[in-house]
This record gives sequence, C-alpha cells and structure tokens, in this order.
Amino acid sequence: MMTIPCPHCGVRDENEFQCGGTAHLTRPALDASDREWGEYLYFRDNPKGGHRERWRHAYGCGRWFNLVRDTVTHEISAVYPITETPPR
Amino acid sequence: MSNRYSAWALVRGAFARHANWPAAWRDASPKPAYDVIIVGGGGHGLAAAYYLAKNHGITNVAVVERGWIGGGNTGRNTTIIRSNYLYPESARLYDFSLRQYERLSEELNYNVMVSQRGLVLLAHSRHDLDAMSRWANAMRMNGVDAELIGRDELASRVPGLDLSPRARIPVLGGFVQRRAGTARHDAVAWGYARAASALGVDILQNCEVRGFVTSDGRVTGVDTNRGRIAAGRIGIAAAGHSSVLAALAGFRLPVTSYALQALVSEPVKPVLDTVVLSPGTGAYLSQSDKGELVIGAMLDLFPSYAQRGSFAITQSILAGVLAMFPAYARLKMLRQWAGIVDVVHDSSPIIGPTPVPGLYINCGWGTGGFKGIPVGGWTLAHVLATGENHPLAEPFQLDRFTNGRLIDEAAASGIAH
Ligand SMILES: Cc1cc2nc3c(=O)[nH]c(=O)nc-3n(C[C@H](O)[C@H](O)[C@H](O)COP(=O)(O)OP(=O)(O)OC[C@H]3O[C@@H](n4cnc5c(N)ncnc54)[C@H](O)[C@@H]3O)c2cc1C
Ligand SMILES: [Zn+2]
Repeated sequence: MMTIPCPHCGVRDENEFQCGGTAHLTRPALDASDREWGEYLYFRDNPKGGHRERWRHAYGCGRWFNLVRDTVTHEISAVYPITETPPR
Repeated sequence: MSNRYSAWALVRGAFARHANWPAAWRDASPKPAYDVIIVGGGGHGLAAAYYLAKNHGITNVAVVERGWIGGGNTGRNTTIIRSNYLYPESARLYDFSLRQYERLSEELNYNVMVSQRGLVLLAHSRHDLDAMSRWANAMRMNGVDAELIGRDELASRVPGLDLSPRARIPVLGGFVQRRAGTARHDAVAWGYARAASALGVDILQNCEVRGFVTSDGRVTGVDTNRGRIAAGRIGIAAAGHSSVLAALAGFRLPVTSYALQALVSEPVKPVLDTVVLSPGTGAYLSQSDKGELVIGAMLDLFPSYAQRGSFAITQSILAGVLAMFPAYARLKMLRQWAGIVDVVHDSSPIIGPTPVPGLYINCGWGTGGFKGIPVGGWTLAHVLATGENHPLAEPFQLDRFTNGRLIDEAAASGIAH
C-alpha cells in the first residue's frame, strides 16, 4: 500500500485517494483536427519511470493535487498544487 | 511433430519411469535474420508464430522474449475464457477465440485443460438485472449462448453463495454463459511454443528488444541484448510493455499500463464448480483443478509497471468475496501477485499495422486477453503474412481513436475497471 502526502491533510493511505491520470494535458483549440483531438483524448506517453499525474484526496479533503511518481518503484518524488507547473 | 503425446506415449514413458521425456520445444539461439520477428513470448506472440507457420507456411520466424515464455500475463492470469461481449464486432472476435479453445488440445496435441464449467455473472440490483437482460439478449442476437438465471438456479449452481435475506450484498439473479470456463494458462503458452517450434519457429528467451532498426522509415530489424536481428516484418505482442516498445519505434499508443492482481487460497476439496463474477464487488473466482480458489480483482487504478498488487485492492477484493461467500472466511491465502495490463479506453484490443511500415502490433487486451490468445495470434499472423487486416480484426485498428469508431466494451472486463 502506498502512502500519499496530501498537501492539505498530510500523509495518508492510498485507499483514501483516487488517481486522475496524466497531468498537464492541454485541451486543443476547437478547430483541432481529428488526429489532434484523438491524441489529446486517448494517446499517452505511459512512461515506465517518472510520471506527472493528478490525484484527488477523495475520502479526505476532496481536493486535487499533482504528484511526480515512479511507475516502477511507486516512489513519490514531488507533490505540488493542481494549478502549478511541474517542478524541474 | 517428432514426439506426439498420446495415452500410448504415457504408458511407454511409465516403463522408463518418466525419465526420458525430451524437452517439449527448442530453446534456440538468434540467427542474423528472419522473415518475421515477434516481440513478446506470451500467448499472443507464440500463437502468432504458430499460425504464421501453420496457416501461412512462414516458418523462418523468431519469437523474441526478454524473460521466459509465459512469464508475463499469460502465466499470471486467472485463466477464464468466455465470449460474453456486447457488440457484434467483439462477439465475432471472442467467440472465434472460444471456438478455437474448444479444439485447441487436439490442434496442438497438448492438453490445455479446457474446462467449460460455465461463467455466472451476478446481479445485485434491479438495474443490474436490466443491464444483464440487455447484455444476455445482445449475446444471443450475436449467436453466442447466454441464459438469464434466477435465484433458485443460483442456489444450486453456486453453493455457498449468500442468498439469505441478511446478505450484505443482495443477489437478485444473474446470467450464465455455459460454454465459458477455464483453461490451463501455462499449457497454452507451452502448447503453442511446442507446436510452433516443431514447425521450425525459433524461440529466443532472455532476449530483450532494446531498439528498432529502420531504413527509409521502414522497420528492418531489432536490437537486442543478444545482438541485432534483421527481419522485414515485425509484430509486437508485449501487453503491459506495448507503450515502451512503441516509444522505441517512435510512436505513442492509446494505452495505460496498470497492475491487475490475483490471489489463490490453499487447496481445498471441491466447493465451486463454475466461475462466479460479481461486477458489484469487483471480485471473481473459480476453483482450480488442484483445489485452490483462484480469486481475481479489479485493477489497481493508477499507472504502474510494478508486478505486485496494492494491498488496498487485496483487502477490498477479499472483503467482497467474503460478503458473497461467508463460509470462505477461514481459508488461508497462499499467493498474491500482479501482472501489468495494457488498458485502452474502449477495453477492446488493437490488432494491425502501426505508423511504422513493416511494424505491426497486437495489444490493448488489458484485463481480458487470455481468452483472446487464439484469435489474437491468428489475426496478427494474418496481417504479418499478407499485409492485409484479417476481417475479424478490421474493426480493431489504431485509427478508431482518431475517427471515433470505438468499440466501447464495458463488458470486456465484466467488472468495473
Ligand atoms: C491477474 C490477472 C488476471 C487475468 N485474468 C484473465 C482472465 O481470467 N481471462 C482473460 O482472458 N484474461 C485475463 N487476464 C489478461 C491476460 O492475462 C492478458 O491479456 C494476456 O495474457 C496477454 O497476453 P500477451 O501474450 O499479450 O502478453 P504477455 O503474456 O504479458 O506476454 C508479453 C511478453 O512480452 C515480453 N516483453 C515485454 N517487453 C519486451 C521486450 N522489450 N523484448 C522482448 N520481450 C518483451 C514480456 O516479458 C512478456 O512475456 C489477466 C491478467 C492478469 C494480470
Ligand atoms: Zn487531503
């Protein structure tokens, strides 16, 4: 079981959280081509290693935030607010 | 096949105290070049190699596996085979697969232990009942067997299921696909490997693809830890690692990798002679021929390449199983593990060309591709051999994610993934 540091509530067990998938996807303009729209909706890097992703503290404060997490070790290397750009 | 298995062969083996059984297939060393290379020695890759040789006469083929064959999801799954899908495209695909399974032991001369013990899906609410009537009716319209069953039949088919008024999770009914069941997962990998190897296919283990070689944009080979191997056509069948291989070839897939876990209990006497699946609790179970209860879970719903399962899901699945079968409370669990599955948005596979000429892919089976091994291998072999999609695979192309023709099979998982 992972423990996840909610920026608002502190470190809590994984089953209080819900993962919202890859972070920082930008919605294309309305005149986007089918290809761009499909890329946005479905195509992902799906990296083996570091991944920037959104999480929600569903059974806690209910708020969204971002994590940088390794998809192999599950180690969390950064936590930052949902509106912020990822750390370098 | 040089060594046909039969009852007579068993008797002969017994006289030699079973000491002289030869290896079932050749563990080959890489040649510099092949006509076709398949990346991934799971069921889909091995089946593709077999059907390339058998259906198309292409035998200069290598299956390149980074670990050992069947060491991926093919050797980690809960072995359920079924074809209870909603849409005509899926019904055709999966029922073709189930029909191949029905004759696979004869086809391969290898006992894959297909057991059509039926699959029961439980309805826990009025809405479940309505949804299941629609589902079962759709299956029958597509020519696949399905029957709605009531609580009386459930009581006799699934002993131990809590149908009492006090049940924590009420069961109102369900439906059964009687032709569904289980097969031995390792045997499927080994049987295809043996049959392919006998037809001349090279199986290369401990051989990891680390890059693709291209020339004028076409794929011409792979770089591996055992050197460069050339081939004009290459098929990828790497399940949870599909995106990693796609990235090596320079494109992306509509795939996210998740851990899917399962557990087995200590072996007990026969208590359950069918497969039971509860969409409501996310759990499904069957009893193996050795007596272990084989319990499958829902996904660990965050991206992962770690082949373990989160304890949070283990807990909730066991809670679900015990709510349905209170009598199992004293069973001890022996093992828990996970495999990395390749999930796409519409829960339907992708079998066909990639953006790189000469490179083809079979992926996206997610939580349910064991049942699809025969058809996945068959259709990947077809496109590798002919350059044309097999009619069964035509709807299951990568372009559906840009033109919007998804085949949205919530039924693919059967449980709420
Ligand atoms: C716990 C669990 C339960 C499941 N239950 C069921 C079920 O009951 N019924 C059902 O139908 N399906 C089930 N599935 C899904 C099913 O197991 C898979 O869809 C199916 O086995 C996929 O087969 P495959 O041959 O595509 O992949 P795999 O068997 O995973 O084979 C892919 C192979 O590719 C190799 N590979 C990866 N990268 C490289 C590389 N770079 N170079 C060389 N080789 C590489 C891997 O080592 C692996 O052996 C379950 C899965 C899991 C994990
Ligand atoms: Zn919180």
